[in-house]
Amino acid sequence: MEKGNEPLLEVSHLQTGFRIKDDYYNAVDDVSFSLEKNEILAIVGESGCGKSTLATTIMGLHDENKTKVAGEILYNGLNLTTFNETLYNKVRGNDIGMIFQDPLSALNPLMRIDEQIKESLSYHTNMNAQQKQERAIQLLTQVGIPNPERVARQYPHELSGGMRQRVIIAIAIACKPPILIADEPTTALDVTIQAQILDLLKDLQAETGSGIILITHDLGVVAEMADRVAVMYAGQFVEVATDAELFENPKHPYTRSLLQSIPQENSDSTALHVIEGVVPSLSKLPRQGCRFAPRIPWIPIDEHEENPSLHEIAPEHYVRCTCYQHFHFRDGKEEA
Amino acid sequence: MTKIIQIKDLKVHYPIRSGFFNRVTDHVLAVDGVDFTIEQGKTYGLVGESGSGKSTTGKAIIGLEKITSGQIIYQGKDVTKASSRKAIKYNKDVQMIFQDSMSSLNPKKRVLDIIAEPIRNFERLSDQEEKQKVKGLLDIVGMPEDALYKYPHEFSGGQRQRLGVARAVATNPKLIIADEPVSALDLSVQAQVLNFMKNIQQEYGLSYLFISHDLGVVKHMCDNIAVMYKGRFVEIGTRNDIYNDPRHIYTKRLLSAIPKIDVANREGHKAHRRIVEQEYREHYHKFYDETGRVYDLRTITETHQVALKKGDAE
Amino acid sequence: MWKTILRRVLLMIPQVIILSVLIFLLAKMMPGDPFAGLINPNQDPKVIETLREAAGLNDPWYEQYFRWIGNASQGDFGQSFMFKLPVATLIAGRVGNTIALALVSVIITYLIAIPFGLLAGRYQNSWFDKMVIVYNFFSFAVPLFIFALIMLFAFGYRLDWFPTSGTVTVGLDKGSLPYYFDKFKHLILPGLTQALLGTAVTIQYLRSEVIDVKNMDFVRTARSKGVPTNKIFNRHIFRNASLPIASQLGYEITALIAGSVVIEKIFAFPGVGKLFIDSIIQRDYSVINALVLILGLATLIGTLISDIVMSIVDPRIRIQ
Repeated sequence: MEKGNEPLLEVSHLQTGFRIKDDYYNAVDDVSFSLEKNEILAIVGESGCGKSTLATTIMGLHDENKTKVAGEILYNGLNLTTFNETLYNKVRGNDIGMIFQDPLSALNPLMRIDEQIKESLSYHTNMNAQQKQERAIQLLTQVGIPNPERVARQYPHELSGGMRQRVIIAIAIACKPPILIADEPTTALDVTIQAQILDLLKDLQAETGSGIILITHDLGVVAEMADRVAVMYAGQFVEVATDAELFENPKHPYTRSLLQSIPQENSDSTALHVIEGVVPSLSKLPRQGCRFAPRIPWIPIDEHEENPSLHEIAPEHYVRCTCYQHFHFRDGKEEA
Repeated sequence: MTKIIQIKDLKVHYPIRSGFFNRVTDHVLAVDGVDFTIEQGKTYGLVGESGSGKSTTGKAIIGLEKITSGQIIYQGKDVTKASSRKAIKYNKDVQMIFQDSMSSLNPKKRVLDIIAEPIRNFERLSDQEEKQKVKGLLDIVGMPEDALYKYPHEFSGGQRQRLGVARAVATNPKLIIADEPVSALDLSVQAQVLNFMKNIQQEYGLSYLFISHDLGVVKHMCDNIAVMYKGRFVEIGTRNDIYNDPRHIYTKRLLSAIPKIDVANREGHKAHRRIVEQEYREHYHKFYDETGRVYDLRTITETHQVALKKGDAE
Repeated sequence: MWKTILRRVLLMIPQVIILSVLIFLLAKMMPGDPFAGLINPNQDPKVIETLREAAGLNDPWYEQYFRWIGNASQGDFGQSFMFKLPVATLIAGRVGNTIALALVSVIITYLIAIPFGLLAGRYQNSWFDKMVIVYNFFSFAVPLFIFALIMLFAFGYRLDWFPTSGTVTVGLDKGSLPYYFDKFKHLILPGLTQALLGTAVTIQYLRSEVIDVKNMDFVRTARSKGVPTNKIFNRHIFRNASLPIASQLGYEITALIAGSVVIEKIFAFPGVGKLFIDSIIQRDYSVINALVLILGLATLIGTLISDIVMSIVDPRIRIQ
């Protein structure tokens, strides 16, 4: 982190608890990180790890009645977790924009495309009708949509998946927010379209200098896009490092296991690595101890910490728990 | 090697009705003339993006889609018509695994009934024998015995998919058509299902038609691969041919779009992608005719065929 | 879009023809005929036979059918046996009343149902929502005739707020303002009664639609843009939740035009419903045929209206 450069967003000890039968279970458990200007921070994990919950918590989109949020989300010196709905509405769209996973359901089927873009402008700017229309067309061009005037008058179901996702991006960047959260933005798209959308995001970032939190389960996408990566498991960050470092020197057993499971990188081996056991369900999360321990049962108990925390094992490289130190795969393989 | 199934000039066209009298004005050419052969014990990969027709091809082969024209020859017999399929008990030998495990398993049925259903269609077993057989199948896919009396919703996505595999193997098929079997699964769960599929293939000597949009998975699983675009093949070859010597611009574009785990060279990848895109635009007319249709396949080597204009075979 | 509408309208023609044939045949198959009620035990059966012959009741059915349909298209539905009036006149006198009652009902229904349904869905599980659910149960459970009698008794007789029968008080000058005002007063009680029980279905629909739509992804997108909650409900949720109601619109109107027999009987309201029942009891075929034909037409038109409304409101349904 360059000295003197304030981070865009600083998250400290964030906890999101879901209420299950009178008790709260943390889907996001003590997560801390900062997002700098001009960087892409990838949060990678499988389903159930809490990465989507993290995104909705930062945006304040969680259900007030069923969730309890603790910790701090600092933006511009203000703690977003203390915001009520009215204050949050000022921040959403204007300071933080969100890109969603399923472009078809994320757009109102009864509203024209330009209306959906202009809506954001109506609440955060003082533009008049004509200015808003011009900006909408400009945004559609910026995200690479051909024939923007025509597309603006169309409805979501008339567009292809890739086009819809571009519209979602246009909506997210409409008010030029310095922070973007992209929640699995390309999972539902074809691979060639995915490549285009990812390139678009990178280009936009270079233009605006914004910080992007990219949430994905695809390690390939992480490798191509991220500056820094946080690997998430069972609500916690288990490894945080720069992109290059994570793939060259993965340390946490989960990270290493995942890398062994990627088909295309291991296409010559007959069997892909399988992580034993299952991801613990929310209500069965152990409150103490290393959460990944049950999945590497051949590693002796004393290798794990009782209260595993993130250790900085190299500059900017953090790993949770001490089990990484002597970790090896069951068949003795050391190499990732 | 023995040929299990041969597909000849398969076409599946859907009529489009429009106009005042709802006349058939045009057709959607979902599958527009594909030929290929699957050998025993091998995995044939069908790769393409959405709208390529790969799923439709798979469904046509198993009999879920009506074939407009063309032939399917199974073990020397023509099974294009539903009646001929029924006559030789085709579906005992050819089974399918679906993408969405939640909707392809009947939520109101117990696992025992779901897996036993294909057996019941073709064999008469006593209750005891049937239970034994299903237990054996659960074992093959690594599921515990107590799964027998549970319902699909009690399992995770990966477990359900394994149940789907168990069901597909129940009748000792010779060919399994797997339509995006792991696309909806997490990475580590995906690995498990793919491993099981490979084990089963080894043990039973069966063949797969592996349909997927994920080139990474296809590289790991398949011996021979066909790349599909708008209902036609653009390139056919062995794994080596396709990944190391792609000839068609569409194949090249597809391959360049795959995100690679190589952080140091990612700027290089992006540049390479740009070049491939440019090549795609510049050479478009060489590979597609005026209507945007792909040409017929021309033989390059014994294993490698590419869709090129006549006379362009290099 | 106009082509589709035109095609639908043209398709209605064979539908109407088939409808009329079916109606005619069904009516003919009913036991008894207009003369059955006339039978005087002392009358010579031969005389009745002659009368039947003269009325054309022994002709082949298709001849009778063409005769009927030919007359009908010119507005001549024959003579009502009960009232000794031309059927057309009889119906014309009543249909206006029924339509007026239907309109008042529909308006009150939607005036109540829409806000109740939307607010109940929005404030799910609040005391308001719970009250609405209880009200819905009540509406479903209470039979219309009991409710109507209670309303009549309470507001008509006891409190004397509204007139209890007929369409208008005798003695007022036709066409004058007090006349219309009085007519309106006569419509309120039956209309309100019908509406209060009829809102149940609509409220139910709207409420569950709002609850469904609340959780849809595009609402989350709107929130992520910073759209205030009120606007989200008004702009996004309301329109999407109302879709099924829009499609119901046509059916509602048709059903009401059929007239509620119960309401009309209890409030002694001279409408089409009462006429319908009476004509069936009396075997007055000319009236029955005419009414069923008209109601059949109303249903077809109602369906058409629903389809048109849906294609206007939902862009996904519009055919290019």
